Amino acid sequence: MGIRERLSGNEAIAYAMKQINPDVMGAFPITPSTEIPQYFSTYVDNGQVDTEFIAVESEHSAMSTCIGAQAAGARAISATSSCGLCYMTEMLYVAASDRLPITLAVSCRALSGPININNDHSDAMGVRDSGWLMLFAETNQEAYDNYLQAMRIGEAVDLPIMICQDGFITSHAIENIELVEDEKVKEFVGEWNPKHYMLKKGEPMAVGAYATPAYYIEAKRQQAQAMMDAKEVIKKVGKEFGEMTGRTYGLVENFMMDDAEEAILIIGSSAGTAKEAVKKLRAAGKKVGLVKIRSFRPFPSEEIVDALKNVKAFAAMDKDDSFNGHCGPMYAEVCASMYAAGVTAPKGINYIYGLGGRDVRVDSIEHVFAELEKIADTGVTGETYRYLEVRD
Amino acid sequence: MSYNLKEEMQKEGRFLGGHRMCAGCGSPIAVRTILRALNPEDHAVVCSATSCLEVSTFMYPYTSWKESFIHNAFENAAATISGVETAYNALKKRGKIDETWKFIAFGGDGGTYDIGFQSLSGAMERGHDMVYVCYDNEAYMNTGIQRSSSTPHFADTTTTPAGTVVPGKMQQKKDLTKIMVAHGIPYVAQTTFMGNFKDISEKAHKAIYTPGAAFLNVMAPCPRGWRYPSEKLMEVTKAAVDTCVWPLFEVVEGKYTLTYKPKEKKPVEEYLKMQGRFAHMFKKGNEWMIEEAQKEVDRKWEELLKLCEM
Repeated sequence: MGIRERLSGNEAIAYAMKQINPDVMGAFPITPSTEIPQYFSTYVDNGQVDTEFIAVESEHSAMSTCIGAQAAGARAISATSSCGLCYMTEMLYVAASDRLPITLAVSCRALSGPININNDHSDAMGVRDSGWLMLFAETNQEAYDNYLQAMRIGEAVDLPIMICQDGFITSHAIENIELVEDEKVKEFVGEWNPKHYMLKKGEPMAVGAYATPAYYIEAKRQQAQAMMDAKEVIKKVGKEFGEMTGRTYGLVENFMMDDAEEAILIIGSSAGTAKEAVKKLRAAGKKVGLVKIRSFRPFPSEEIVDALKNVKAFAAMDKDDSFNGHCGPMYAEVCASMYAAGVTAPKGINYIYGLGGRDVRVDSIEHVFAELEKIADTGVTGETYRYLEVRD
Repeated sequence: MSYNLKEEMQKEGRFLGGHRMCAGCGSPIAVRTILRALNPEDHAVVCSATSCLEVSTFMYPYTSWKESFIHNAFENAAATISGVETAYNALKKRGKIDETWKFIAFGGDGGTYDIGFQSLSGAMERGHDMVYVCYDNEAYMNTGIQRSSSTPHFADTTTTPAGTVVPGKMQQKKDLTKIMVAHGIPYVAQTTFMGNFKDISEKAHKAIYTPGAAFLNVMAPCPRGWRYPSEKLMEVTKAAVDTCVWPLFEVVEGKYTLTYKPKEKKPVEEYLKMQGRFAHMFKKGNEWMIEEAQKEVDRKWEELLKLCEM
């Protein structure tokens, strides 16, 4: 039985960090993730952890120090949001290609401009192709649980991992949470004992070579393989975590999908709101369901196809936009998955929603289902690229 | 222990030949000399900013670096090595390392004076036990000789071409060494290659073994960008020192000391005339440029002498 507490999402992440006691943290403040290094530096300064904390002068340097530290043989962590994540983008690619399993907590926030401090997924989605594993949390509990699983996953495939939660919505809201006992965390996460690292006695190591066209693509192919291999690892670690806590995790969570005719796919805290809508509509006899994507990288294409193959209509809910003139990133990947699997009967639409913290209510999601019902009844999809509840 | 070139050269090299740097380039000479200043029993992790040095010495699957080495990006050698040093402290504290390691970053002037300036300033302020070495060749040489904030006044570069209206770079060189002194770090020095390499070797040793952050600014000429014959490298650096264009000094805990005073301060033309990048300054009607360059050198030299007397 775990420990019952009430914590904000940021506090929960910092607490998980404390329980893990990593070697190095490099961090820079940015709303809404600032509290994470703030709480953590309190643990450092009060001797509750012996992590070396580097308060750097930018997010770019935060990730640069993590790269140096992880390559040197340490377990390195950071936390950021929004423009901070953008600013470290160049380094995210380096971390992934150097195959350094750094752990980054992201409290997701909109990107400038206009400047906005509230939640959407533009920051995380902007770096979705940087080669990082990416897990998203619906609740504070999931943010905490995902963080405890992060290092096991990243270190198994030598890829860095982002643990994303929704800025303010979960990062600042205080919820009931069940914490895992310190000893159990230590045992579950384990020690980081890399095979090769720069400070290894008698074995100098060179990191970050210049790769000519004769080698570059092979390095990238290996990275792609690691991302593919991560699917099984995430499932395995999620199952083991379940055995320890009773909370089992996979790549996706299917909610009332068994006989669903209309479904929405959604990421993060809005899944909680959407589940309420699903329950309400189910009570009214509607065959509706929800697919929550926990792992966006690797992308759970098979699981999604499996969940959607029998629905009449679905809506992919993107809390961000690709600005490509036709759809958001999740919709594009869902459709690509369906098409590649030869499953083309379900009609799919895309909603861009909740940008810059625009509130998403139960009736917002009910509206989406009403539209899906129309599509299912008429067979007419209409406009696929839609903005939810926006003033024209 | 007094400096002895012969003894220095007996030490095992930590930066090996066979790399792709140009003949007559100052950068690999600086690196080799500085790494030789490590005590033989100690190890180092070396970081290089993206630069000629990096792409020419660590092209997969070959490397010239005998020590552990990391290249991260153009602008973050200081932050990267600060992360390595922090990892060392963490692992040492946890009993996972027993050897002594030192941490040295190399960057060109572009990666140091310009794009890497913030990362450098941050690492110096945080006081990591590291040495940052700028090999200053006064322009973005790796991308093809574009001006940097280190490029001297009037120099002809590919983004400040000596044109009919604008005669080269119109701004003066940024005084980075002084900015590093202003960080209050325990050791800052300016050096280059002179005679038996005593100056650079001793400063490198001090920089490496002074606890805390240290900064070395090494003039490291580029034969392509400066346009001098490869074999004249040591003559160019000597002229830079003898004309007081590049004075040799160190600043220990804020105290300036001149480490070499030319017997006779030579006129700046002697330095400028050796290099194609200043050739337009010698054209008829451009005498004012040389006069101005001389005035700038004189002013800075006087300033430095005063600082050394304080």
